[in-house]
Amino acid sequence: MRSLIFGLALTVMFALGALVSFVWTPYDVTVLEIANKLKPPTADHWFGTDHFGRDIFSMIMVGARTSIAVAIVAVVIGMGLGVPLGLAAAARKGSLLDEVIMRGNDLIFAFPSLLIAILITAIFGPSAVNAIIAIGIFNIPVFARLTRGAALSLWTRDYVLAARVAGKGATRISVEHILPNVANLLIVQGTIQFSLGILAEAALSYVGLGAQPPTPSWGRMLADAQTLIALAPHVALFPGFAILFTVLGLNLAGDGLRDALDPKLRVMR
Amino acid sequence: MLRYAIKRVGSLAISLIVASLVIFACIEVIPGDPASFMLGLNAQPDTVAALREELGLNASLATRYLSWVTGMLSGDFGTSYTYRSPVAEIIGDRLWISLPLALIALGLTVLIAFPVGILAATKRGSWADMSVMGATQLGIAIPNFWFAMLMVLLFAINLRWFSAGGFPGWENPAAALKALTLPAIALALPQASILARVMRSALLDTLSEDYIRTCRAKGLTQRQALWRHALRNAMIPVLTIIGLQFSFLLAGAIIIENVFYLPGLGRLVFQAISQRDLIMVESVVFLLVFAVIMVNFAVDLAYAWVDPRLRGRA
Repeated sequence: MRSLIFGLALTVMFALGALVSFVWTPYDVTVLEIANKLKPPTADHWFGTDHFGRDIFSMIMVGARTSIAVAIVAVVIGMGLGVPLGLAAAARKGSLLDEVIMRGNDLIFAFPSLLIAILITAIFGPSAVNAIIAIGIFNIPVFARLTRGAALSLWTRDYVLAARVAGKGATRISVEHILPNVANLLIVQGTIQFSLGILAEAALSYVGLGAQPPTPSWGRMLADAQTLIALAPHVALFPGFAILFTVLGLNLAGDGLRDALDPKLRVMR
Repeated sequence: MLRYAIKRVGSLAISLIVASLVIFACIEVIPGDPASFMLGLNAQPDTVAALREELGLNASLATRYLSWVTGMLSGDFGTSYTYRSPVAEIIGDRLWISLPLALIALGLTVLIAFPVGILAATKRGSWADMSVMGATQLGIAIPNFWFAMLMVLLFAINLRWFSAGGFPGWENPAAALKALTLPAIALALPQASILARVMRSALLDTLSEDYIRTCRAKGLTQRQALWRHALRNAMIPVLTIIGLQFSFLLAGAIIIENVFYLPGLGRLVFQAISQRDLIMVESVVFLLVFAVIMVNFAVDLAYAWVDPRLRGRA
């Protein structure tokens, strides 16, 4: 329970920072003040300023929007396509459809997500949208496998048999009986994929394949900081901590949720 | 075992064929005309025509795909448009950085994860277990390229123990290994955290099995039961994860190479993207996917060999 509360608190903090940044940031991140560049943390600039004199605290708030948006949309893509595929594969277990879906999933799994991102950006050019697609594609097999695995065991339950006797078709049973029972698992996996998405987005932006200037993003802040690290370490420290604590918060929340939603596991841990 | 292996070779072949089709489609079909894509917007029509001729783009899609695949089978990956030399040669040179880097990182991962995971499982609930769980939670959450930057700041800039980047070449193996040390640690840290957790939970599962109690009842010490029986049975999930991790390490090396300015496959592929050298991107991506598929195949065979029960589920 402690990890759930701590994790949620961290997550909510960053989500709030991102939301507040739409209406207010301590400083305007689009205004460059070269005279003020690379200032260490002070009372005026809590996290210091970067090489253009922009306030790093404000940039982290705005950067949170990019990270969170990319990761959330990628999870939505993964769930939106993966869950129906998993349900369909489980409903027709052993059929050609099941085979095709599962082998297709294996194939996506064989491509490291980073390579998918590289392929996509090689063709369409780097952008936040392409980063979302790349991360989202990789989320599809994760949710498809999870859903199929959980759904398979549910299909043998008596209440599913009862529903079939009552004349419900496979689609209706999947939506009305299977889906609500796998929802817990999906929520937990969703938080994990969310945190992986934040890490992936940061890595992609860091190598220049994610959000493009002037959109602030944590990964690109770190890329900019790399050459300055000897001169002004604070420029590299704070965006990294932002990524670390967001991911940590989501992972802890995911662990806590799993324990809270599945009391059987709590005894084991 | 033989039947299982034959079945797996069949699905391996299908995976490779489909992967090659997907990459071929992504690189040579989706962008429209690869020649004009590679030359950019301001290219003269006759330059484009010449490049089309050079790349053999005037042939049909099927012919091009077949010649790409048969070329690769005989070690001919084509000629890089920007480097003007055979892709296979360039990749071969770069592989000598990326592959050792991934292997060293894998070695470190195992060296860290095994003792730590075993310690946490055997001392379950103790402060050692709690600190392992806390530290691995941090290790999973930390972006490895940021961790790499922090190590550069500490060990290269402040303490001056290592150089901040670059690669001296394998002529001097000691210097080369030293240049790969920080990158390998950065790559290994998150993977070691994951593996330590897998090790711990797999070992906890097997330690609570009846046969372990039987061993103890027959007079084996806790230590003997652990080393002779529990550990061996805990290896199956651990092996699976190690196989997956190797592919993450190979791909992750692409990012870490950027932090340390290592001229490996990662730098190569990013340069190729910015120079629109599609042939190069296609070959490097296929090579990496090929490596990942082969590693997964080897892991599948390895644990069918370790655990006969798995052979039925091909």
